Amino acid sequence: MTKFLQTLMDGMAVGSLYALIALGYTMVYGILKFINFAHSDIFVLGAWISFTVASMLGWAAADAHAPVWAGPLVLLTAMAACGLVGFTVERLAYKPLRRAPRLNVLITAIGVSLFLQNFGQLPFVFGAQPQRMPSLVADRVLASFSGVQVRLVDVIGAGSAVALMVALEWLVFHSKMGRAMRAVSYSTSVASLMGINVDRVISFTFVLGSALAAAAGFLYAMKYPGLNQPAHTTWVLLGLKAFVAAVIGGIGNIRGAMLGGFLIGGIELFGAAYLSPQLRDVYVFALLILVLLVKPTGLVGKAVVEKV
Amino acid sequence: MTLDQRRAAELAPSRAVAALRSAAPLAVGLGLALALHLGLDASDLPFHTKVLVDVGINVILAVSLTMVNGFTGQFSVGHAAFMAVGGYTAGALTYYSSLLLWDSGDQHGGFLGAGEWLFVGSCIVGGLVAAAAGYVVGLPSLRLRGDYLAIVTLGFGEIVRVILQQTGNVKFTADEVREAGFLDTATSLGGALGFTGVPTYSSIFWVYAFVAITLLVAHRLKFSTYGRAFLSIREDEIAAEAMGVRTTRYKVLAFVLAAGFAGIAGGMFAHQSGATLNPRELGFQKSFDVVTMVVLGGMGSISGAVAAAAILTILPELLRDLPHVWPAGVLVLALGLAFGGPKRARFALWTVGVTAAIEAIRFGARRLGVNLADYRLIFYALSLILMMILRPQGIFGVREAWEIGPIGRILARRARRAAP
Repeated sequence: MTKFLQTLMDGMAVGSLYALIALGYTMVYGILKFINFAHSDIFVLGAWISFTVASMLGWAAADAHAPVWAGPLVLLTAMAACGLVGFTVERLAYKPLRRAPRLNVLITAIGVSLFLQNFGQLPFVFGAQPQRMPSLVADRVLASFSGVQVRLVDVIGAGSAVALMVALEWLVFHSKMGRAMRAVSYSTSVASLMGINVDRVISFTFVLGSALAAAAGFLYAMKYPGLNQPAHTTWVLLGLKAFVAAVIGGIGNIRGAMLGGFLIGGIELFGAAYLSPQLRDVYVFALLILVLLVKPTGLVGKAVVEKV
Repeated sequence: MTLDQRRAAELAPSRAVAALRSAAPLAVGLGLALALHLGLDASDLPFHTKVLVDVGINVILAVSLTMVNGFTGQFSVGHAAFMAVGGYTAGALTYYSSLLLWDSGDQHGGFLGAGEWLFVGSCIVGGLVAAAAGYVVGLPSLRLRGDYLAIVTLGFGEIVRVILQQTGNVKFTADEVREAGFLDTATSLGGALGFTGVPTYSSIFWVYAFVAITLLVAHRLKFSTYGRAFLSIREDEIAAEAMGVRTTRYKVLAFVLAAGFAGIAGGMFAHQSGATLNPRELGFQKSFDVVTMVVLGGMGSISGAVAAAAILTILPELLRDLPHVWPAGVLVLALGLAFGGPKRARFALWTVGVTAAIEAIRFGARRLGVNLADYRLIFYALSLILMMILRPQGIFGVREAWEIGPIGRILARRARRAAP
């Protein structure tokens, strides 16, 4: 029972991160209908910017005590910086391809991904060495019942992830910009006829998705302080799993992405805890193939009637 | 018999001539492969040989993926997984058979000796196993439209990689193999460290012999009724279905063929000198590389895929130590001005601009003492993005190399004259 609860809690903590990244994938897919392979690199960028900011402000030293506002400050800086990068990438790389075949946009996304990875590894950017993220939140056990430890880091991590998702939910379903986003995702041409500035909505979506990915990067670095170098394969794999979460929930569906994230986190950790830890990636992708065979539109996705 | 029919019968070649004619391209291809092999053997350039073997393997991969992504317009991003399936099958077959037959995992026999035939057989078996895997993956996912094939192939690639990482250590002696039995040996593929010790058989001759076969199959396929069906699915799946094309059947056929050739390429990769068969090298990064070659070459253009595979394999090597590019620039400029069509001025301007830009970067790097090799992957990524923005249709577009430029105009004129 202890093991079950502990795994459930870890699964939710990891799942909330997957959900945050999956939201960026799903929003871009919903509007532009292409898989933004560079999204996982924005997530990496978020983690590394968090590290850089924290160490520049002197919280990386062994005896440093970060003040309470350190975490939020680093988080907001990373989100702002990544939002800017997302905006720039969309403007320079994707916007010229608005009318090109989708495969071209996809290759461009792969190019952007390669660029971000290798640019980050340059000696004057982040360097090609793994680093250790300073802990900005005291590693305290908040409560402990029947052997299950509730850690402050996990509570803050999952709490901020859920808060961000609630904010996004409000933004997309209850604000004017959100209505414009949904309209553009339904039909770009009709939305533009109705007076919506489609380019602005797309830019906004990229900024939003990138900021969420940056938040996920920061929270990931808090939970797992050992940061691998930007081009390391673990990062790509994390991004892929988040993408799987988006597909399982129904790609293009925001609530589906959140559900998918938690589901993937749960499956991965329960599989690792109860079956075999080496095969944790297999469970995720096997679940993906299973869902696609049974319900190809994802758990919450609606089947789209094809018009001829 | 009408006059037209009698004329057609007279013009039709006899059966023997037709057989000779259809075998001729293959013979030419094998001859070229042999010439290349002997030429490189004599000149003793190990690095160039290795790059050329890489080019050959990538050509097989890119041309086979063209059948799926280019001809049928489906989107597969798991080509490296089929390469891994074929490579591991072929590698294990050659290695363990060598151990049992000749008591050693090293090369056996010389050029065209027994060892080489074992290697060719293993590669073909590897291709068949990969094709079977392609059938299993393709049948359920090709019924769906859209990006689902991409997602399933991505997932399949990851599953293959993780499973290969869980396999046991490689066995080193024939006695160990006999003791362990078939099942245990078949799962001793080296795990995460990679399958070491596979004998080196992938010589220029064999790689380019298979390149010739792949090119021939792809070309015959594209210009046959099957090819028409493939292309019709790419252009409009619903219209193709309405015209009676069994879309799922043709999509699965293209996918299985592509997987088979990827398996053969994997076999070549496994028997390459100095390379260990490693699950990490056959991950999605490799799949993306192949997709990039297909798109860069132009959707469905076989010659485009060949050109892109060669360029993308050689480019990162060239960027290690950037040579002068102006001689090539002058040559391209001269050819363009001599044979170019109505757009020759624009073409010339682009050639001069690109050449000057590369030379300027080279000069600047020399002056500032910057080692360009550190930045080569960044240049690679940027040239990929720029290429997609500036020439979204790829190098040759949907056409073949001989259908554009001066030769294309001559062919088109002849075709017009021949038409009644």
